[in-house]
Amino acid sequence: MGEAINAGRRGFLKASVAVGGGLLISFYLPGCATTKSTPAVAEPKPAFVPNAWIRIGSDDVVTLMVASSEMGQGVMTAIPMIAADELDADWRKVQVETAPAARAYYNPIIGQQLTGGSTAVRAYWMPVRQAGATAREMLVNAAAATWQVPADECHTDAGMVIHKSSGRSLSYGALAEKAATLPVPETVFLKDKSEFRYIGKSVPRVDTPAKVVGAAVFGQDVRLPGMLTAVVLHCPVFGGKLASFEADRARAVAGVRRVFAIDSGVAVVADSFWAAKNARDVLQVRWDEGANATLSSEGILRRFQKAAQRPGAMARQTGDAGRAIARAAKKLEAVYEVPYLAHACMEPMNCTADVRQDSCEIWAPTQAQTGTQNTAARITGLAPEKISVHTTFLGGGFGRRSEQDFVAEAVQISKAVGAPIKLIWTREDDMQHDFYRPATYNQLSAGITGKGELIGWHHHIVGPSIFARVFPAAVKNGIDSTSVEGAANLPYAIPNINVSYVLDDPGVPVGFWRSVGSSQNAFVTECFFDEIAHAARKDPYEWRRQLLKQHPRHLGVLELAANRAGWGRPTAPGRHRGIAVAEAFNSFVSQVVEISISEHGKVRVHRVVCAVDCGIVVNPDTVVAQMQGGIVYGLTAALYGEITIKNGRVQQSNFNDYPMLRMNEMPEIEVYIVPSTESPSGTGEPGTPPIAPAVANAVLAATGKPVRRLPIRIS
Amino acid sequence: MIQLVINGTAENIDVDPGTPLLWVLRDTVGLTGTKYGCGIAACGACTVHVDGEPVRSCVTPVSTVAGKKITTIEGLSKDGSHPVQRAWVAEEVPQCGYCQSGQIMAAAALLARNPRPTDADIDDAMSGLICRCGTYQRIRSAIKRAAQTAAGEG
Repeated sequence: MGEAINAGRRGFLKASVAVGGGLLISFYLPGCATTKSTPAVAEPKPAFVPNAWIRIGSDDVVTLMVASSEMGQGVMTAIPMIAADELDADWRKVQVETAPAARAYYNPIIGQQLTGGSTAVRAYWMPVRQAGATAREMLVNAAAATWQVPADECHTDAGMVIHKSSGRSLSYGALAEKAATLPVPETVFLKDKSEFRYIGKSVPRVDTPAKVVGAAVFGQDVRLPGMLTAVVLHCPVFGGKLASFEADRARAVAGVRRVFAIDSGVAVVADSFWAAKNARDVLQVRWDEGANATLSSEGILRRFQKAAQRPGAMARQTGDAGRAIARAAKKLEAVYEVPYLAHACMEPMNCTADVRQDSCEIWAPTQAQTGTQNTAARITGLAPEKISVHTTFLGGGFGRRSEQDFVAEAVQISKAVGAPIKLIWTREDDMQHDFYRPATYNQLSAGITGKGELIGWHHHIVGPSIFARVFPAAVKNGIDSTSVEGAANLPYAIPNINVSYVLDDPGVPVGFWRSVGSSQNAFVTECFFDEIAHAARKDPYEWRRQLLKQHPRHLGVLELAANRAGWGRPTAPGRHRGIAVAEAFNSFVSQVVEISISEHGKVRVHRVVCAVDCGIVVNPDTVVAQMQGGIVYGLTAALYGEITIKNGRVQQSNFNDYPMLRMNEMPEIEVYIVPSTESPSGTGEPGTPPIAPAVANAVLAATGKPVRRLPIRIS
Repeated sequence: MIQLVINGTAENIDVDPGTPLLWVLRDTVGLTGTKYGCGIAACGACTVHVDGEPVRSCVTPVSTVAGKKITTIEGLSKDGSHPVQRAWVAEEVPQCGYCQSGQIMAAAALLARNPRPTDADIDDAMSGLICRCGTYQRIRSAIKRAAQTAAGEG
């Protein structure tokens, strides 16, 4: 037996008889149960309050709830594996349900029901284990009472309670109803790691079968009786407003029902997508383009260069980097730039809403159930609990689907039309009306002593803030933690490190993009490190090892990746290696790449060796898949990704001018997982940060010239 | 009225003849397994078979496929038993899954005309499709697995 947990005493676990019989284990997550602004959720309410996490039916079916959105990261399998393990359930009898929007399902790290920050497994790990262990203990107690034997003579195995000495056994289903009448145990024991039966094994994903036959329902696939389809014509300029529109031709398109103005543009509602889109094509609209009408990428760069003259806020002050660098025998300086990036989820944004007089139902591929509820409540005037949210499968999320713009449009349109509507964005809408990964401008300087010691590092970051829009209170003393993550926590043993930040927002909307600040800061810091190593004539891997002695988990992944990649051994002719390491979302990842460069300067990545330490692994094959996916996402950005602005508009519109990595460019990826007994940490995002710097560092090794701007272009 | 033969069933469709096949499948017939990704034949999420050939349904006017045999992901097999679908399960290919109907249809068409594709053949047949989750390596493995399975059975 492992750790003892006082779950029942803390009062957040509840047991009750399920509708139709059986055991229902419900709980509110600690820390989320009450806030000052909302009444205590534990108060009895006449209406059904959804809070169930585990339901065991008399038919032996175990239903496990998943509060997070399944967007490809495998959460719909991982969370049930955790509960099923402590419950000692038979996996073949497990059914998985996606939770509705409700306080009981709030993510304890984030404080609302939201899938983001690579938090799902680490946030729900303990509460879900406690729920599973509690249910298991109650089933044991029910069996012991039935057989009139002491509970400690009984054990469980794959959905059965067994009394070994008498040879009796009962299934969980047979015991569920009785268990539901017993008191919730005050103390339950969690399994020791050696007792895990599912955690740590590659369990097949529960969503795969539906996804290979076209049966998985994404937001785009929602169909309701009487449903109409809506598209919206948005102002092409960020922040612009509708001045006037003329819709006679649009209204004349067969199948068009309504054309009207909404907050974000002009809505066209029709019987089908094709009718709506054709009508939108012939709308005549005048926009008030507003303050951003002349915004351009060149102007943004000039603006950043000017803003960089400000000292900014200090995000890290270890020693005095300015003084150390001024006194150094050798001084290096560089400017690094990264562009705005679109998320480009495969499934364009969409949302289905059915707004009624006293209720509102939403079907959405959303990462943010609480946000969806609040958005709809604001627009409809209904209380949030009157808004029901059905989370569909998400055709990619990457942070984009934590936003509320598409939800707000769907709710506004359904409210105006008085019918269920499915809002569909075209790919062009999706690419030109994103919340982009922030562009940043970075000034770096470093000092090396005559003996070749790195004694000073200064990183000055200029860029817009995501939190300034979505959570202004989180911007503290001029610092948005997401803007400096991956920079302020530079792990290298350098006696003087200063990291400063100038918040400067040119007006392009910015948002969370897979791995957020680390997506650009790992590139900037890991590439500048290699520049310094190159100047100091040191091996970039060996020097990292030397400067990471105080950081065993960084060191662990670095050494594993380097060893598996054969670092130090000769490469095939024309091949060059690069290495990088990064911490993101409490996980540690190092990657070694092998590249070649064509005579036209095109970079080809042949091989990526990836080592990851993400603590205890729930589903190893999913971790491998997330590393593969994170690498492809980051590599696409490193080689191609760039959103440019002209006249306040995004110049890219679709996959023809915002290219993606494809099969013929796909490297061989090898993933190695560091065995760990640490608590689980993130996996959805940490695979992304190291790939751009690893490739750029291989280019430096090949050409002797640093890559200081993404995407990588070799002149 | 345009007559279409979709997954072996004749359907009479009353739409504008210029409507892309994709939207006829999704909005008119209600087969939502075929996905909208780009609308310009740049991502392959909408791939279906027309007389056995992989076609981008998002840019195929429905009038041009009248009377032809159209197969969608729903019609590739009755129960997910097509060798490509089974290989996709065995290799745990899908992540978000949105592009996978198109990937599977493209792979099935490749294997129908070339039962033992080389890596270069796979590149040629599959590089028109985008997977934003980055499942390409598993797609390649699954195609090879399906080829072996089909060879073993044949």
